[in-house]
Amino acid sequence: MNTVVFVAGVGVISAIGNNLPECIGALEKGETGITDINYLPTNHRGSLPVGEVKLSNTELAALSGFSPAASRTAMLSMVAAVEALHNSGIGKLQGLRTGFVSANTAGGIDKTEDFCIDFINDHNKGKLRDMLYHECGTITAMVAEKLGIKNHIVTISTACSSSANAIMYAARLIKHNMADAVIAGGTDALTRFSLNGFNTLMVLDEQYCKPFDEHRNGLNLGEGAGYVVLVSERVASMLSNDPYCTLSGYNNANDAYHQTSTSPEGNGPFWAMTGALKMANLQPEDIDYINLHGTGTQNNDSSEGAAIEKLFDPAYPKMSSTKAFTGHTLGASAGIEAVFSALSVQRGFVYPNIRLHTPMAEFSFVPETEFSKRPDLRHVLSNSFGFGGNCSSLVFSKV
Amino acid sequence: MQVYIRSAAAISPQKTFDGATFLGDPIEHNSTRLICVEPGYDTIIAPKLIRRMSRIIRMSVASALTCLKDADVASPNAIITGTAYGCLEDTGIFLGNMIRHQEEPVAPVAFVQSTHNTIGAQIALLIGCHGYNNTFVSGGASFENALTDAAMLLAENDKGTVLVGAMDEITDMSYAVLSRMGLYKRGAVSNLNLFDSNSKGTVGGEGAAFFLATNTPSANNIARIDGVKTFYKPANTTEIEQQIASFLTEHNITANDIDLLITGNNGDVKNDEIYTELQHSIFIGVPSAKYKHLCGEYPTSTGFALWIAVNIIKTNSVPAALQGSRTLRNKADKLLIYNHYQNNFHSLILVSAC
Repeated sequence: MNTVVFVAGVGVISAIGNNLPECIGALEKGETGITDINYLPTNHRGSLPVGEVKLSNTELAALSGFSPAASRTAMLSMVAAVEALHNSGIGKLQGLRTGFVSANTAGGIDKTEDFCIDFINDHNKGKLRDMLYHECGTITAMVAEKLGIKNHIVTISTACSSSANAIMYAARLIKHNMADAVIAGGTDALTRFSLNGFNTLMVLDEQYCKPFDEHRNGLNLGEGAGYVVLVSERVASMLSNDPYCTLSGYNNANDAYHQTSTSPEGNGPFWAMTGALKMANLQPEDIDYINLHGTGTQNNDSSEGAAIEKLFDPAYPKMSSTKAFTGHTLGASAGIEAVFSALSVQRGFVYPNIRLHTPMAEFSFVPETEFSKRPDLRHVLSNSFGFGGNCSSLVFSKV
Repeated sequence: MQVYIRSAAAISPQKTFDGATFLGDPIEHNSTRLICVEPGYDTIIAPKLIRRMSRIIRMSVASALTCLKDADVASPNAIITGTAYGCLEDTGIFLGNMIRHQEEPVAPVAFVQSTHNTIGAQIALLIGCHGYNNTFVSGGASFENALTDAAMLLAENDKGTVLVGAMDEITDMSYAVLSRMGLYKRGAVSNLNLFDSNSKGTVGGEGAAFFLATNTPSANNIARIDGVKTFYKPANTTEIEQQIASFLTEHNITANDIDLLITGNNGDVKNDEIYTELQHSIFIGVPSAKYKHLCGEYPTSTGFALWIAVNIIKTNSVPAALQGSRTLRNKADKLLIYNHYQNNFHSLILVSAC
């Protein structure tokens, strides 16, 4: 078994930028990507703010090389995966067993929505080509084919923790010597399906979301894709660039409390974090920064906060949710936040929890509100929790 | 790979649940849509819970709970599911409501239950399982990925049990769409004569199959999984032969060691060509059996195939309901499942007696 897995490259597209430098720029300046809806064709325009990628399908098609009629989910995935691949330098190595493990929550349902408008009244109607992207697995396979990857084309879907589980699975493929390098993370486009789904659950903030604020009022949905390139020690030693960090710990636990909400005491989040720390052989005080799941819903933030209090009180690390920048990108969120976390370890970035004005009264900790650089930062914890009690945490550590 | 199968439970378009004789009385479906034979659920799931569950959720949960009961395991260390389509019925209901009501808020139940991890989550919730929980949605490799994940988990832990399942459903919507895409035969056909028609198209199928996998040797274990492999869009027959040959070599066997080859023929002439070709080359002289006339074609049908393989090992006999040469080379010692779904993902699962 390989014991150490390195992050050799990262790639990202989100509401705050179409690539890594743009996203870093926005994070440093504290500039949110949340706006009114400009691209998604929906009746909720003007009433529900979202974190859209600032490109039309035609522009994304040009950037990704897919047809403008393809699913936006695949286009976002392609843009970030290509950046991650180039960023890692593994493309220059011959004979690697390279995998692509990508998560998403609803496949190409943006196209299924178009199909269904005509189909629901007459099963002989609707453009069949719109149904080619429906399956989650198809999105991953389309991108893998374009990247020239044939081994381990794997799709994972565990709601909002999906891409954390993709990163875990990829790391384990490397540890079990089944792969040398894996592009791992996730993608999700903003769709009417997800927007209306979360709207029926009444968890969408009609204003810009305020994670971990006493007066938080729900989440804003976002879209994007984020990937890390995980490699074995042998591959890392062959690359000309130093790796960003190691993926030193991870854990997947199930809250098993309720289909959509997390237990008030944050059991699942607590188990996910403690398991990840245990694998990394770290104590709570070793963690320097937590990239919170921090969606901005009443339930998530109080439940995640309770778990953090239980694990870290009284010596809290720096922490923040970056979802006030990107919106909640569902199946992509842990991938995007893994990219932010890897950068945090490499460059000492601590991101601000923007729009936090009144810290939650029930907790004694306060998330960071200003961007800072801390060269001594060594270990970063990233949390992702989802529907179905799926809770996963990742730990990234300095090489 | 130390992956033993302690128990297996399946709900399929055949009588495979409720202690029926192993495929003793195959059901004839005169349709291109093979629908599962659902059991009475009242003794397995609380009636008030069943009412909220869609068909695929209740079939899967019932298979999972029965599988755990048969293995005498109250709560496994992990729950892993593989499903290409997920909860299609709820997805369709929510989409339809959203469009008909022009995005005005509707009941959230269908949306909540449409997520692909609903089944794994429901099982965890019902039995209070706080362990590892994952869902693979990799089209025709979904179940194989779930098995690979289970095998890795069992290698990582000293003592462990993993509940691993495959499930997919046909709905009116998916049947209409896949029919229009030309997947199914035109006109009614008897599933029992599926391989005689020599025409384009297959019959649609569905099912749920669950397995309790463990790394602990026991007299109660039924079978052992020695290896799982998938490969994507092979360029030609030669590449398929190479992939299979390297898999056999990796497991220190030759085709002559295989007592029965279970193949994924689905009755579509084009789709089935590769199975015939391989049975004239790399698998020449290997006894074989086909299964998809019993369950229909769907991306996770290898879950049903594994249920068959495990039961062949358990009974040391090949039921007459399967088609093909069907005679075991020696006894039911080494079985290989080879399947491809629409020539995208190909997969191999090697199952042994233990």
